[in-house]
Amino acid sequence: MTAVLETRDLKRRFGAFVATNDVSLKIERGARHALIGPNGAGKTTLVNILTGVLPPTSGQVLLDGEEITNLPSHTRVKKGLTRTFQINQLFADYTPLEAVMLAILEREGLGSRLWAVVGSYRKTVDEAAALLARFGLASVMADRTNRLPYGKQRLLEIALAFASKPRVLLLDEPAAGVPEDERHEVLSIVSDLPADVTVVLIEHDMDLVFSFANRISVLVAGAIFAEGTAAEIAASPDVKAVYLGESA
Amino acid sequence: MSLPVQESVQTGAEEQHVDQSRAHRLMQRRTTVRSFEILIWLGALATVYLLPSKMLILTEIAILALFAVSLDLVLGFAGIVSLGHAAFFGLGAYTAGLFARYVTAEPVAGLLVAGAAAGLLGYATSFLILRGSDLTRLMTTLGIALMMAEAANQMAWLTGGADGLSGFSIDPIFGLVPFDLWGRNGFIYYLVVLFLSTLVARRLAFSPFGLSLKAIKSNPVRAALVGVPVRRRLITTYTVAAVMAGFAGALLTHTTSFVSPDVLAFHRSADVLLVLAIGGTGYLYGGIFGAIGFTLLKDALSVVTPQYWMFWIGLLLVILVLVGRARLTRWVDDLGERLPGLRGTNR
Repeated sequence: MTAVLETRDLKRRFGAFVATNDVSLKIERGARHALIGPNGAGKTTLVNILTGVLPPTSGQVLLDGEEITNLPSHTRVKKGLTRTFQINQLFADYTPLEAVMLAILEREGLGSRLWAVVGSYRKTVDEAAALLARFGLASVMADRTNRLPYGKQRLLEIALAFASKPRVLLLDEPAAGVPEDERHEVLSIVSDLPADVTVVLIEHDMDLVFSFANRISVLVAGAIFAEGTAAEIAASPDVKAVYLGESA
Repeated sequence: MSLPVQESVQTGAEEQHVDQSRAHRLMQRRTTVRSFEILIWLGALATVYLLPSKMLILTEIAILALFAVSLDLVLGFAGIVSLGHAAFFGLGAYTAGLFARYVTAEPVAGLLVAGAAAGLLGYATSFLILRGSDLTRLMTTLGIALMMAEAANQMAWLTGGADGLSGFSIDPIFGLVPFDLWGRNGFIYYLVVLFLSTLVARRLAFSPFGLSLKAIKSNPVRAALVGVPVRRRLITTYTVAAVMAGFAGALLTHTTSFVSPDVLAFHRSADVLLVLAIGGTGYLYGGIFGAIGFTLLKDALSVVTPQYWMFWIGLLLVILVLVGRARLTRWVDDLGERLPGLRGTNR
């Protein structure tokens, strides 16, 4: 088994509260791995540690066997690890086109160019247009992000992360808060992500989890409570008791 | 194109082509020169001939405008609030004075040296403003400016202390164009420096670098997660802005052939913020419009009520802040929308 993303004894304290408790996790290359758990289980904290938004108190994070525990977020993105946010973290004044242009230019290492004109990177503009079309954003490419319908903003969340060409993409509740009629579009985008991108899905929605994931880790009180294939997790009486049982 | 073609097949090659040409058009339109930009520079040039008796106040405006454009890079693009931008202005002014006194009084050489000195200080202090909230940054920048002011005051052997630095007169520009009594040649020189600096700032604003700056301002966490090295970008911006503020300080020295300790005073940092509050931030010309507004207002008010003009400036400030800076920056856009075809996409 080749783990593309791995954590070793990851721990994060906030004062006396332990938000992440000795999490050792292996995500296989190309996996559709879901991270589930009740509210406050520490799912988002874990994603924040993985992507360098929060430093861990102790433990290690490895990407393709290389330690990245102390690298800043932008370096992790360059190495192929990126994420979306549960609550939109977008550039409010930018159009989807501008935001995606930014992400592609940074991926290509062109972001530090002081003297070039953004529009002169014709290949980048072409790629941005194709990416926006792929994520259902072509029709709104010139609208300000904060005026987009919520579903479109969620799609832009994913498009922005995808523009970095990640090897590992962490999706933090991609469909959270999306109205029912826009939900289908988000879900089909998520299930159509290319197979060579490893996807870690943090999700509450059990239908989405079981339709999408081939492997599931259950996080309870900051620690890994159970891990296995979707079928194993669905059949586990322990998981039902602490987690699924609540909603059943 | 390197994307795996999946959805784009559904939309069809034709639609894809439509999307792409639209994207190209939109990207091109960002950089289009807007009509007010041409107007403002033509207007500035025209004043040389139309208002020959007003060269001194126009010079004051040009210098303040350059200083404000510099702060706009930091505040309006990178989103760093500063209450100590005068540190760079003052260092530029003193450097230009000392350079003229001890090395050569040719102004362009002095200008470049002053810019370099201010840029060095900007680079060195940029590391102090990388982290922290707006309040931390306000206090850090204020603190640095206060220390600079006190240092200039204490180092009387070099700076003349409270008496100021004098004993030099500025040579002709490039040894060719003398500063005349009416300030006409001086004003043209300041205008050229302002124009070139604004061009540079404009170029930066529309570059990939500039695109990342406003993203940092808008959401630094997300900017890092699309791959923007936030710290490095802020260091570069702060340094470039410091160079421009140093230029502005040098221009003041060249105007007066004297450096007063006042160049590092707190009110300069506050005034330039006020200029941006009037002119708006984040579209480059706020500094220029603001400097015109601020200087003319100050001039008019100090004639009407010589002792109480600060009261009216204060009142204006309160109104501006309550009305909201966003509404102020929007008027240029709205103007563009009313004149279709001239509009640059969002600001």
